[in-house]
Amino acid sequence: MEEIYAKFVSQKISKTRWRPLPPGSLQTAETFATGSWDNEENYISLWSIGDFGNLDSDGGFEGDHQLLCDIRHHGDVMDLQFFDQERIVAASSTGCVTVFLHHPNNQTLSVNQQWTTAHYHTGPGSPSYSSAPCTGVVCNNPEIVTVGEDGRINLFRADHKEAVRTIDNADSSTLHAVTFLRTPEILTVNSIGQLKIWDFRQQGNEPSQILSLTGDRVPLHCVDRHPNQQHVVATGGQDGMLSIWDVRQGTMPVSLLKAHEAEMWEVHFHPSNPEHLFTCSEDGSLWHWDASTDVPEKSSLFHQGGRSSTFLSHSISNQANVHQSVISSWLSTDPAKDRIEITSLLPSRSLSVNSLDVLGPCLVCGTDAEAIYVTRHLFS
Amino acid sequence: MEELDGEPTVTLIPGVNSKKNQMCFDWGPGEMLVCETSFNKKEKSEMVPSCPFIYIIRKDVDVYSQILRKLFNESHGIFLGLQRIDEELTGKSRKSQLVRVSKNYRSVIRACMEEMHQVAIAAKDPANGRQFSSQVSILSAMELIWNLCEILFIEVAPAGPLLLHLLDWVRLHVCEVDSLSADVLGSENPSKHDSFWNLVTILVLQGRLDEARQMLSKEADASPASAGICRIMGDLMRTMPILSPGNTQTLTELELKWQHWHEECERYLQDSTFATSPHLESLLKIMLGDEAALLEQKELLSNWYHFLVTRLLYSNPTVKPIDLHYYAQSSLDLFLGGESSPEPLDNILLAAFEFDIHQVIKECSIALSNWWFVAHLTDLLDHCKLLQSHNLYFGSNMREFLLLEYASGLFAHPSLWQLGVDYFDYCPELGRVSLELHIERIPLNTEQKALKVLRVCEQRQMTEQVRSICKILAMKAVRNNRLGSALSWSIRAKDAAFATLVSDRFLRDYCERGCFSDLDLIDNLGPAMMLSDRLTFLGKYREFHRMYGEKRFADAASLLLSLMTSRIAPRSFWMTLLTDALPLLEQKQVIFSAEQTYELMRCLEDLTSRRPVHGESDTEQLQDDDIETTKVEMLRLSLARNLARAIIREGSLEGS
Repeated sequence: MEEIYAKFVSQKISKTRWRPLPPGSLQTAETFATGSWDNEENYISLWSIGDFGNLDSDGGFEGDHQLLCDIRHHGDVMDLQFFDQERIVAASSTGCVTVFLHHPNNQTLSVNQQWTTAHYHTGPGSPSYSSAPCTGVVCNNPEIVTVGEDGRINLFRADHKEAVRTIDNADSSTLHAVTFLRTPEILTVNSIGQLKIWDFRQQGNEPSQILSLTGDRVPLHCVDRHPNQQHVVATGGQDGMLSIWDVRQGTMPVSLLKAHEAEMWEVHFHPSNPEHLFTCSEDGSLWHWDASTDVPEKSSLFHQGGRSSTFLSHSISNQANVHQSVISSWLSTDPAKDRIEITSLLPSRSLSVNSLDVLGPCLVCGTDAEAIYVTRHLFS
Repeated sequence: MEELDGEPTVTLIPGVNSKKNQMCFDWGPGEMLVCETSFNKKEKSEMVPSCPFIYIIRKDVDVYSQILRKLFNESHGIFLGLQRIDEELTGKSRKSQLVRVSKNYRSVIRACMEEMHQVAIAAKDPANGRQFSSQVSILSAMELIWNLCEILFIEVAPAGPLLLHLLDWVRLHVCEVDSLSADVLGSENPSKHDSFWNLVTILVLQGRLDEARQMLSKEADASPASAGICRIMGDLMRTMPILSPGNTQTLTELELKWQHWHEECERYLQDSTFATSPHLESLLKIMLGDEAALLEQKELLSNWYHFLVTRLLYSNPTVKPIDLHYYAQSSLDLFLGGESSPEPLDNILLAAFEFDIHQVIKECSIALSNWWFVAHLTDLLDHCKLLQSHNLYFGSNMREFLLLEYASGLFAHPSLWQLGVDYFDYCPELGRVSLELHIERIPLNTEQKALKVLRVCEQRQMTEQVRSICKILAMKAVRNNRLGSALSWSIRAKDAAFATLVSDRFLRDYCERGCFSDLDLIDNLGPAMMLSDRLTFLGKYREFHRMYGEKRFADAASLLLSLMTSRIAPRSFWMTLLTDALPLLEQKQVIFSAEQTYELMRCLEDLTSRRPVHGESDTEQLQDDDIETTKVEMLRLSLARNLARAIIREGSLEGS
């Protein structure tokens, strides 16, 4: 990882997201969005890592990212997702969900649509309400799903003024993150270590399935679904553990991998190369997990610098998996066979790495030390 | 107490008339609240309408600069790296590490300075531009001081290399020459350029003799008349002995060679070789270290420390560190010539040349508007083991005092508090208590932020703060009617009293609505259930409902009974429990054994006999009592019937 660029941006970065590439495009990623938190004024910003050629007058490094445009955001940016090429959905600590539109012609951002009280608390016995932070958002054009500290799930549709569906009191504790599982189904994680699957086809306020960590009720902070195998889900918890789940069977994780020393804030499968997984944490580290087991000779060669994994696997669904024709390397739990290669991507750790995103060979992450790191050569 | 080092500065607050009204204030960690009182200075006069505002006075405004934030964040990483430098490292490797750290700090200052400069140029509003420009000059002064301290205190260069370092220092900070050089060389006929001789002189003043020689050769090409003397001057420049880093020659050898060369220059002056060219003659005088000739170039030298270094270069190139202060003081006096008095920067540099570290830090603290500089410099010098002996008469040592000031400033800022945490960590004496006081005052607007603060506290075993933060969050959740969340937080804080309170709310809600909310949490309490008796009861009572729902009547019955006999259930809840027993008593098969029925009866009698007697009674009370009496009678009937059935059944079972 010799080519990782850092830029200090004078605001604590809570979220970083690559702009999706148009389908069929052969380009590499070059634009990403960031959101800030805990500042007096927070911003949604768009950055470009494209080559500026001669425009780079002050002798900036090649690969250094440049600010394209930004816009004020009311409250902390709790989550950020690209809705499509031009639209970005932002979740706010004020409970507001905003869709921002990027105008590439004059490089500006504007508010396209807003649901101001998507998440709120109702006081005991009174109709008055106070806002509740919206903690997670996920998009699947044209649908937007948001979750919040109020334990509420909202389903919005772009261009609809009101929520299409709201599940009040979906969770008694705080919902931390949400992702789409299969089309009408979503998966949420909460602060008492539970995964819940919700099916929007069903009426009522009950989840269709609950999976949970046993025992300590460790809060789960992030979740990502395997891009090809929709039943494989990765979550990260408050104790820094990475859990891999098979939602088709069992109510417990297939494997628990000891990872970071503090809260794991985000986990992402590589979208086109899902044998690779990336995690970042409050302890200031950013890790690259490589589970591609098809290269036999790499173990001795690539071990230097990285660290070999410590395996704490539960072999619950071990037997069942053997009968599958395609076994995801994340589900097989034979510690002798699988070597997951872990590489730390950031040189020195200090403050929390709050967010990361991967697209093709590019990775971007943002930290509480007010720096954005970008690399364009993940697999070099 | 020591005497004051300078007049305290007066800050005027716009809108407050301090002449007429008295003011009141309150201290904060990095800020002060000020407002006008309605008291008049003169006693007993009519009330004057006072200013309706409360003002926040910040002492450390630099913390709020967007560009300086980069300085704070980037230097935070360097600071942490420095603290982790192995104490075991000694000698050369340690010194080179410390010099590297010092250079890193300086490069961060430089980067900031450059960005600030760009912003200053781009500023549309002239007042704004001026403000940025003044920041640039402050940063540049910081870097200048830091660099000198690095040479004198960290690098501790000995005689010989010392001057080379000082030359680099001057070249780095008097850098107009490069643009001038480009300007002259870019012209059609460089030697005829207006600034040609200025350029050559500056190059000689900075000891850049190779470049000066190249310029002279241009002059020689252009005017054949002076070619001869230009060549002689060029040779003098070429042969000047200098210490090169790779060279192994001793200082004595160098001094000898230099003396030789100096005498040769002297000869040329006495022979009036350069009499035809006043420019070259003045160059020669400079190279002889002639003070008058040097002072003639005041404009080009631009400041006294440049004068000092040039003077040393051409009069005493192997100056010893101890002698520096003598030359420094006399250079300053000569350069200012009594026309103006030294400025704060001059005093700081002079103190550095005198190797008076404490004076440097003191002057910097007074002159600079933020604590960043002194805190980091002092910390670095402390790691060089230069400050051990100095203890303050308050608090702990100076390093810690300055770090605490800086970190408190960071905590006063709404978002830089995370940086402050690490600085407090490295203050062994008062860091922890300061952190404890500051961390509780961070506003927690989201759970995510609360988690980050909690992590800070938990990593440092600050149990009291963890408890208080969790309690705040639990209270907030209760206020927002989020009982599940509230319970989670009180479990995390291991706060039994609050868990009891929340459990009571759950039970009350159950009594009102007849169903439980937040089942996902209550069903998964696990070992956390043991936190408080009431929580245990809540969990167990819910378990009873689940068993009943699953038609495991016998298990449900014995659990219900044990809740009362073990006294886990609050007495106020016994009636509800007994009522819950009713459907079990009325089942077709016998569920409660004779023994269990006796126990239930004892519970009921216990409850009714201790019932308080109401003195006054209104209709509502009477009505309630009525219902209660009916309930008790129904229970007694059911219990008696069940007892009869149980005795018959048990008797017949034993008989068969």
